[in-house]
Amino acid sequence: MSDKILKKDNLDQLLDKLRQDYQIYAPARQGASVVWEQAGNAEDLLWDFSNTDMSPKQFFFPQTERLMHFTNSYEDNQGMVMQEVPEMQHKQALLNIRPCDAKAFTILDKVFCQDEYPCDTYWEDKREKTLLIGLACKDPCPTCFCTSVNSGPHNQEGLDVLMVDLGDELLLKAITPKAEDIIADISDASEDQIKQAENQKQEAEQAISTGVNTNNIQSKTVLDLYESPIWDRIQEPCINCGTCTFYCPTCHCFDIQDETQSDYGHRIRNWDTCMSWLFTQHTSGHNPRGSKRDRVRQRFMHKFKYMPFKLDGAIGCVGCGRCTQKCPVNIDVREVVNKMNE
Amino acid sequence: MKEVVEQIRTKAKELLSEGKVDCVLGYKKGTVPMQEQPFCAYTPEEADQLTWSVFCTNNLANFLIKNTGKTAVLAQGCVSRNIVGLIKENQIKRENVYILGIHSPGMVDAKKVQDKFPDKVIQEAYLEGEELVVKGKDFTEHIPHRDVKRNNCYTCTHRNAVIYDEFVGEQGKESGGGNIDKVAYPWSKLDPEQRWEKFQETFKDCIRCYACRNVCPLCYCDVCFVDESNPQWCGKGQEETDIYTFHILRAFHCAGRCTDCGACESACPVGIKMRHLTSMLEADIREKYDYSPGLDLESVSPLSNYSQNDPEIE
Repeated sequence: MSDKILKKDNLDQLLDKLRQDYQIYAPARQGASVVWEQAGNAEDLLWDFSNTDMSPKQFFFPQTERLMHFTNSYEDNQGMVMQEVPEMQHKQALLNIRPCDAKAFTILDKVFCQDEYPCDTYWEDKREKTLLIGLACKDPCPTCFCTSVNSGPHNQEGLDVLMVDLGDELLLKAITPKAEDIIADISDASEDQIKQAENQKQEAEQAISTGVNTNNIQSKTVLDLYESPIWDRIQEPCINCGTCTFYCPTCHCFDIQDETQSDYGHRIRNWDTCMSWLFTQHTSGHNPRGSKRDRVRQRFMHKFKYMPFKLDGAIGCVGCGRCTQKCPVNIDVREVVNKMNE
Repeated sequence: MKEVVEQIRTKAKELLSEGKVDCVLGYKKGTVPMQEQPFCAYTPEEADQLTWSVFCTNNLANFLIKNTGKTAVLAQGCVSRNIVGLIKENQIKRENVYILGIHSPGMVDAKKVQDKFPDKVIQEAYLEGEELVVKGKDFTEHIPHRDVKRNNCYTCTHRNAVIYDEFVGEQGKESGGGNIDKVAYPWSKLDPEQRWEKFQETFKDCIRCYACRNVCPLCYCDVCFVDESNPQWCGKGQEETDIYTFHILRAFHCAGRCTDCGACESACPVGIKMRHLTSMLEADIREKYDYSPGLDLESVSPLSNYSQNDPEIE
């Protein structure tokens, strides 16, 4: 399908059409933060933001998610038997999602749906019911490094539609068949507009001034990296909080808990963090990652060595820079990866 | 500030080359604007990376806990008070720390600065005299330093280190200018319903990353109560009750020990104002026990001690 062009003034028509099937969410400003909110009219949409503070992974993988529930009673006939929770009852569209965040979902797909065994149904259900309409990055942050981790400001992977902001107009690229239906009746973009979008892509890519090198990491052995002395210094300032993992669009570890209150009980999963000692604590008392050094090493090894090794080269990082922006002690993922690569 | 940085480096080199300490704990320049990184210099060469600025928002006392060997540490008022507290609570030994006292310029609240430029990306910020120069792609702005200091720095009572082996730079004004007793969060003016509302509003955005706890030099328990599993005191999800339980209990556990260093608020990625709670607790401790934490090595912390004259708390 050829690229389409839509005046921002006419965007409400598209939103109204989408609303017939989807709940629409989009980035919105809240003080100095940018958060995901249910979208109102087109005129309220943000066009000049870097990215949302939190990644949108919560739409598929909420911080706390109920998996099953049960009646907490042995007296009841159905007592102590786990019951399914209903699937998501609506379809959702994430509008103006950044390409790096959409790319992150394609990596998480490989984690939650990775082999011949059934997928993680909670992830899969919400993924299937979600439409991703991306907004290409015009003005990358100083902490962005997507171009060196298999992504980019106009990267299309994971998106259904990629929009390029041309000022008063949006250039729309349909990426999946799902999207073609939605934008089919919008008029085609001119050669000139397509060229403009292409130029913008090149400018945005050039504006990304920092990056990481990962070539040598893949050729080094796991043990070489694991036993490298670099971790001694990298781990020093770390306070082992969960900020980097919670903000990361590709961190996906969780902890399952059963909770009860009087005769109600449920099984939930919560975001967990490999930065916490509790993450690997065994009931025996042994902890295979007992030191801060072990835990800091794990996070970077997992993303840049183990994941590529196990998932056909997919790096567990999309270069969004959130961990670096939010870390209370300024551990900069780019510095760490470049040290691993030395 | 440049002269102070030079003095820190010179002093660090001297201590390291004479073998008086194993490392000098300070800050090095951060890789993102408005943040410096806690940093240990082990050699005189590494000492050249040490820096000092209005962006040193961590509490270095936190990095001394369970340290072996002898460490020199850069300490402004609050950090030195936490060192005193840690010595009294037997977490560090006085002879293992060499305290380089310093005067605090009043640290900057990066969130306040960002709030002034809501739709802009800040690429650089530095102090020039009394002004903070903030630069981005297409702008350079000067804002008064006093407008963007952390709230705790306005009400600071001890900007100079209270205990030190050597002082680096000049001693300066002790007070941040504000009156801590007047700004303690005005809970007493609210009725119970309003208090609850205000409390919920304060902590509603918490994502339980525990940065506030982990950055705090008071939070050194081997196992925090929220991490206990047998018995499990507190649920682990995003249930409001569990989030509030964590913050209330943590704050109470810090009563009579908190030096108002502000590291928790600086570390919080969502901008929670923990001082709404802690400022009131510390105001109570001052009023009921006439005690401020970390000012001397001798006095006994009120909540570590029972006396028949202890005030009744309503």
